[in-house]
Formats: sequence, C-alpha cells, structure tokens
Amino acid sequence: MKWIVAGLLCVATHAIAADARRSGFDDMSPQVQAMQRDDAVNPGMLWVQEGAAMWGRECARCHGDAATSMRGVAARYPSFDTATQRPVTLAQRLAAHQRTTPLAPESDALLSLESFVALQSRGLPIAPPDDPRLRPYRERGEQLFRRRMGQLDFSCAQCHDDHAGQRLGGSTIPQAHPTGYPQYRLEWQAMASLQRRLRNCMNGVRAEPFAYGAPEFTELELYLATRAAGMRLEAPAVRP
Amino acid sequence: MARALITMPATAKRGDVVEIRTLIAHPMETGYRAGEDGAIQPRNLIRRFTCHYDDVLVFSADLFPAVAANPFIAFSTLATASGTLRFTWTGDKGFTQTETASLAVT
Repeated sequence: MKWIVAGLLCVATHAIAADARRSGFDDMSPQVQAMQRDDAVNPGMLWVQEGAAMWGRECARCHGDAATSMRGVAARYPSFDTATQRPVTLAQRLAAHQRTTPLAPESDALLSLESFVALQSRGLPIAPPDDPRLRPYRERGEQLFRRRMGQLDFSCAQCHDDHAGQRLGGSTIPQAHPTGYPQYRLEWQAMASLQRRLRNCMNGVRAEPFAYGAPEFTELELYLATRAAGMRLEAPAVRP
Repeated sequence: MARALITMPATAKRGDVVEIRTLIAHPMETGYRAGEDGAIQPRNLIRRFTCHYDDVLVFSADLFPAVAANPFIAFSTLATASGTLRFTWTGDKGFTQTETASLAVT
C-alpha cells in the first residue's frame, strides 16, 4: 500500500513539475470565474460586440469572416513586421492597419477591435512565432523582466517568479501570464490592455511607466508570450 | 447608442419561467469622484431600468451611485403569450436607450 501511495505521489509531483504554470483565472474566486465563463454576464462581451460591428464596417471587405481569417492570429502576437523591421503587438497592428490616423492606444475603439480579434483565438494555445529576427527583442524583454526598477527597486521576476502564489496585501500574486488580454478588470470597471496592466505594475513599484506603444513594452510582451507559450488564450478575460 | 446585450430564450412553453439577463455599457459616474484634472466629474447614472412585456410592466429597477459601471440586471418573468419585450434604460444627461426582443410562446 505504501508503495502504491509513494508511486502515486511520484506521478502527481511529476505532473505538477511538467506544467506548474497557472493562469490568473485559476486563482480567482468561483464567482469571478463564473462571470468570465458566461458570455451573457462577461462585460468584456460589450466590447466584443462593438468590435464585431467595426469588423463588419471596416475589415470584412478584405478579411472576410473573422472566425476563419482571424482564428489563431492573436495567439501569434507580438510578431515581426517586415515593413517597419520591428516587432509589433496586436494592438499596434490593428491601430495602424489601413488607417491614416491610427486608433489611439487604450481607446474604446481599439480595445473593441482587439477583443473581437482576440476572441477568435479563444481556447487556442499561445504560439509565439519562431522567428530569428525576434530573438534579440525577446532577450531584451527578458532582461527587462529581471531588471529592478522604481523607488521600491523591484523587478517583475521578484514578484511573479519568486513569490507567485503568495500574497501581496489581500490578493494572490499571479504568475503574470498574459492569457486573457484585453481583459475586463472589475477594479477599473473597464476593458484594459496588457500595457495598461504593465503600466499599473510599474506605478506600483513607483517607477515611471513607459508610454503606451513604447518599444520596451513590445519587448516585454514578446518575452511574456514566450514564457506563456502553450497556455490557452481566454480573452476577453475577467479579473478582479 | 450604448452597447447592450440581452440574453434570453427565443421560445418558451406557456407558463414557463423565463430568465432574462441584460448588460449595458455605461460609466455610472457617481458625481463624487475627481477626474485627472482634480475637478469633480458630473454625475452620470442610469436612474431607472424597465421591462415591458407587450406593454405590461413586468420588471423595473431604480439604480443608484453604488451600482458598478456596465450594470448587469437579471430577472425572470412568466411566459404568457407570444410577444415583444421592450427594455428601457433612462438616466442622467438625457440618457435613454430601448432594446427589444421577441419571445415565441407555444
């Protein structure tokens, strides 16, 4: 009997070691999880609805049905843009694509379009492109993740790698996997991009946040996508 | 026009209890908060929500500053006859929005 238990434990710990990564979803209360699961309750669907209307007006003529043409697209960003020879995030791509004046970062219009496109990849694994041109940017993103910053002199890694699962004030420190962006944050009562989240973290350690669309954020997003590779996208997520 | 989502069955048997869930995009600004410039932001609330089932009021709610942005309201009604449900949100700054949904009763 002891042997069986020991064997089972061995198998169990091995399974945990295989993927100890947790989406922020796993650490939420059952009530907020239910809110995310049900599209009739998830406030993010209001933005998706607006994004679907925008798609019909502006995008469908070339790109057709988003359910097929945009499937898996959000899972591959940030990716390399050959025109500008730099990596771009999904928001940057959507904001500037075929527009003379790009959509403003964090505007309702951009968040709507981005959440509608992200929804088409819901349930698919995050698949960062294996493009050698992205490598130096990704490495810089990782350095940024480990670099101490701000008056509190904290790096991202100190909380989200070293102390994930423990508590900061009343809330659990998540592992910081970008699985559900754009996401509806109950605290902000609004849809928010990953960069708003990152800026909020930087404010938290009393660092001066990078501007929306800054190259540093693109590099950081690249690293975060690699770190979360294979995890399922769940946009539009709901977070407390 | 604010975005609104209404989730309810399209058909029901006579006498069934039908659950209706509504979600509307609205800031629900309390009138007590300061904006980025330090000035108090004027109150901007949805004050009242009503649902008429073939012109009969079946549900209404008054909303107050403590209600979060993008209010979610769920309620139920009895399926009596095939008809139209009319949902109306009214509020500050002349806000008014009406959505309709039809219910087929067998």
